[in-house]
Amino acid sequence: MIDPPLTLAVADSFLQPMGPVATEQLRYLKYVIFLTMIAVVPVLVATPWILWRYRRSKPTGKYRPNWESNPVLESLMWGVPILVVTLMGVGLWNTTFRLDPYKELGKDPLQISVIGLDWKWIFIYPDEGIALVDELVVPAGRAVELTLTTDTVMQSLRISAIVGQIYAMPAMTTKLNFLAARQGEATGRNTQFTGNGFWKQKFQVFSVSEEEYEARMKKVQASDLALTADTYALLAVQGTAEEAKKALAIEHRRGPIEMVLGDAKIFQRVLARYMVEDMTPESQPGSPSYDPAKSPLPAAPEKPMMDMKM
Amino acid sequence: MFEALFGRLTWDSIILVQEFEDPNLNTFITAGAAAMMPVGGALVVALLFWMKWWKPLFEWLTSVDHKKIGTMYIIFAVIMLFRGVVEGILMRVNQAVGLNGGFLSSDHFNQLFTTHGTNMIFFVAMPFLIGLINIVVPLQIGARDVAFPKLNQISLGLTAVGGFLIMISLLVGEFSTGGWTGYPSFTGRLINPGVGPDYYILSVGISGLGSTLTGVNFAVTIYKMRTAGMSFMRMPLFTWTALCTSILLIYAMPPLTACCLMLGLDRYLDFHFFTNDMGGNLMNFINLFWMFGHPEVYILILPAFGVMSEIAATFSGKRLYGYTGLVAATMCIAVLSFMVWLHHFFTMGQSTTVNAAFGIATLLIAIPTGVKIYDWLATLWGGRIRFTTPMLYLCGFFVLFALGGLSGVILASPALDYQLHNSLFLVAHFHNVIIPGVLFGVLAGIYYWFPKIYGFRLLDGYSRITAFLWAFGFILAFLPLYQVGMMGMTRRTVSYEDPALVPWLVVSGIGALFLGLAFTFVLLTLWRSVVHRKKLMVPFGDPWDGRTLEWWTPAPTPEWNFAVRPRVDSRDAFSEAKAKGTAYQPVEKYEDIEMPANTYYGLIIATLGSGLGFGLVWYMWWLAIICFLGCIVTVITYAFLPERKKIIPAAAVREIDEAWRRAAREGRGVTRDDECKQANQGLARPDLVINP
Repeated sequence: MIDPPLTLAVADSFLQPMGPVATEQLRYLKYVIFLTMIAVVPVLVATPWILWRYRRSKPTGKYRPNWESNPVLESLMWGVPILVVTLMGVGLWNTTFRLDPYKELGKDPLQISVIGLDWKWIFIYPDEGIALVDELVVPAGRAVELTLTTDTVMQSLRISAIVGQIYAMPAMTTKLNFLAARQGEATGRNTQFTGNGFWKQKFQVFSVSEEEYEARMKKVQASDLALTADTYALLAVQGTAEEAKKALAIEHRRGPIEMVLGDAKIFQRVLARYMVEDMTPESQPGSPSYDPAKSPLPAAPEKPMMDMKM
Repeated sequence: MFEALFGRLTWDSIILVQEFEDPNLNTFITAGAAAMMPVGGALVVALLFWMKWWKPLFEWLTSVDHKKIGTMYIIFAVIMLFRGVVEGILMRVNQAVGLNGGFLSSDHFNQLFTTHGTNMIFFVAMPFLIGLINIVVPLQIGARDVAFPKLNQISLGLTAVGGFLIMISLLVGEFSTGGWTGYPSFTGRLINPGVGPDYYILSVGISGLGSTLTGVNFAVTIYKMRTAGMSFMRMPLFTWTALCTSILLIYAMPPLTACCLMLGLDRYLDFHFFTNDMGGNLMNFINLFWMFGHPEVYILILPAFGVMSEIAATFSGKRLYGYTGLVAATMCIAVLSFMVWLHHFFTMGQSTTVNAAFGIATLLIAIPTGVKIYDWLATLWGGRIRFTTPMLYLCGFFVLFALGGLSGVILASPALDYQLHNSLFLVAHFHNVIIPGVLFGVLAGIYYWFPKIYGFRLLDGYSRITAFLWAFGFILAFLPLYQVGMMGMTRRTVSYEDPALVPWLVVSGIGALFLGLAFTFVLLTLWRSVVHRKKLMVPFGDPWDGRTLEWWTPAPTPEWNFAVRPRVDSRDAFSEAKAKGTAYQPVEKYEDIEMPANTYYGLIIATLGSGLGFGLVWYMWWLAIICFLGCIVTVITYAFLPERKKIIPAAAVREIDEAWRRAAREGRGVTRDDECKQANQGLARPDLVINP
């Protein structure tokens, strides 16, 4: 493990953790490497030694052509890996539960709904009544819970420096809980291949102070752009966020797309479309024949959709 | 009319046409690859006419001899490996120069990683191993052929259909861009209406059927065709691993066939198994795919472990250490391999308990795998080690595979997988187990058994250089990807924006070029060895002082393998016979040998299968229907035809066998010091010179 150069201002790796989850993951990685070395180092050391000692041209050890079993050696061979695996299993069990992405990292986490599109993410802040495209702003030190779905193929959202990844799938929701311990900037990205623009699908994560967060929310709440079924249909066209600006006729604006939440139930409506409709190539975002005009979202369901949690 | 005849095939589907419409480096590469199909085909046909090889060609294609079928599998795998290596080089070089855009278009890159993966797993690794199993297993168990020779030919035919479809996609249309795993809904009808995913489904589905049949064939062969006295616990370890692989093939391939079929129904007939809407669920595909996909990993690695076991014993001149332990470990791995598939999608949102359970199950596999490596090291302990080419592969395997195991253990932890899943760390991991594990095993096995089947050794110098090039190229190409993956780079990206990644990816690109050189040396070794074959002949058939039955025949091995099937009363029967001096004693009684006659069955099925696949991909329904009905008629017809056998008279067998035994009794043979010299004619002299 070699640390990337520090000139890299934006953290995109858990090697420079910004939150408790990534910190623990890095610590556990080192622990696993250490434990595995107990089983691996003997092989790395013994291989050259045995090859040298028993080389045919000038051997130093005794020739034992019929030696094929030794109870002590046998029990070591099975015993050491069993011991290592047992120790590692305990660690695995504990970290898996401790770092469960569904586990809330604090009381009353900030709720953010995420819709994955080709090739951008919409972050909806229902409590603030706003939505951001390809930018996630969170207050440092506060627990956050993302609820994810997509309106195209499967995607996977990862913010390496803070937390791992979770799949987002159409018609289903998954959750990702995290907490950014300090202020800073990190990169989040989609790790699941989704087509030609896949490699461009990343977003900035800003972990800021409470005041900055409030100020930012106020600014977005004043936006003249609203996230409604109509603007949503335009965002769903394949392309990056920059390309979407053209469709929204705001290509001159710098920075991320900022919108007020015109339709508070948009997330539920996106989820519901796969329950009630037979999708056509025109109505399915991500399809080459997708047509925003022919892709109506259904009304939000009366009851909330079931959680993905098994 | 045109549409009825050609379905959705149009002039523009031909890749070569696209080069004229939009010439650039990217289309030049696609067009170059496309042009290799007609040009290569024409060259092969011309060569066949020139050398008058048509008759021998059909002699081979209709043969049911397990050695010839095995050889054809390996030739097929080498051709596909050529394509796979070129694709790998293109991808790695593209990333090395690809900061903010490389020379490949995104769509082209996406097809490359899909075909590279599909090709390397289904049409390189599997045919290589099935080819080796075909060649070696009947010989190791003292049989004259496999249990179902015709079925064996059909398996090869169906594999060839898959190969045909993936190759023709270079020339006509395009291949899938959904990766070798082909997850819907990306590969579904709505998102990807083109021919790519259809090519993928049909090539993987049809060849998968062939692999299932191979599994059945070899499981029955090993259960039923062992020679007198060969109990299970006397079987050579390669045969044990072949048995486990066969069992895995029988149980693991059907989920793949099922999920390909279901995805096909989604695409062709508007079903909703894996669609986004109408209750379809893509998670079911992922589940089914990895129910096949994880055992598949062990289908590949177990026979390679078998090869390593044979090599460790032979080239250190002693018995295999811990035979029982190795058999137990192999069986453990086979069983456990069915219990871990979920670790391929820890990040799908299931409960922590499920993740933790599957993570621990994955760790458990590390135990028998570790035991195996220790057992091989203990086999070398107390031996007299000869550093021949297979030994070089074995040494490389010890060191590099241990690293692959380490990264595997890291990925087995759900907590870490949340970070490393879908990153280049994962890509580095599976190349780290497949190249030093599977490929080294296959190459070592080919060097080791080549003289047995073709009668001459491969040139030693060239083979050694090849081994070093593979190891060196692998280290350069894939170890940097661990670091790049931890730095956050995801797999399957045509380009990236972080300059810190460049140095690592440049090293990796250079490594890929070395791997290309290594492949060239494989061909070079073969060519130079064929040229010098007169000096490399090993007519007595035992060039390495072998321990198991396959070495107890002349080389090249006659069609009937054993003039008289040997009786065995121990594990290393041939070694013990040599030690007692009874290996080449005259045989009193020879009998007529009955061998299955050549048949066109496999060839007909392969041709019709290719037509069926191509017809379905392009919606040429008439072609698909005719070929499908043709397959059914063929199968029924052959079922009613009386079995044809050819009889090899006892006198002919006696003449050849007696001459071989007499010459072996009178010959002096060579000690292991002259193993790689011209003096080695395949007769081993008992070796008492060293440290008496």
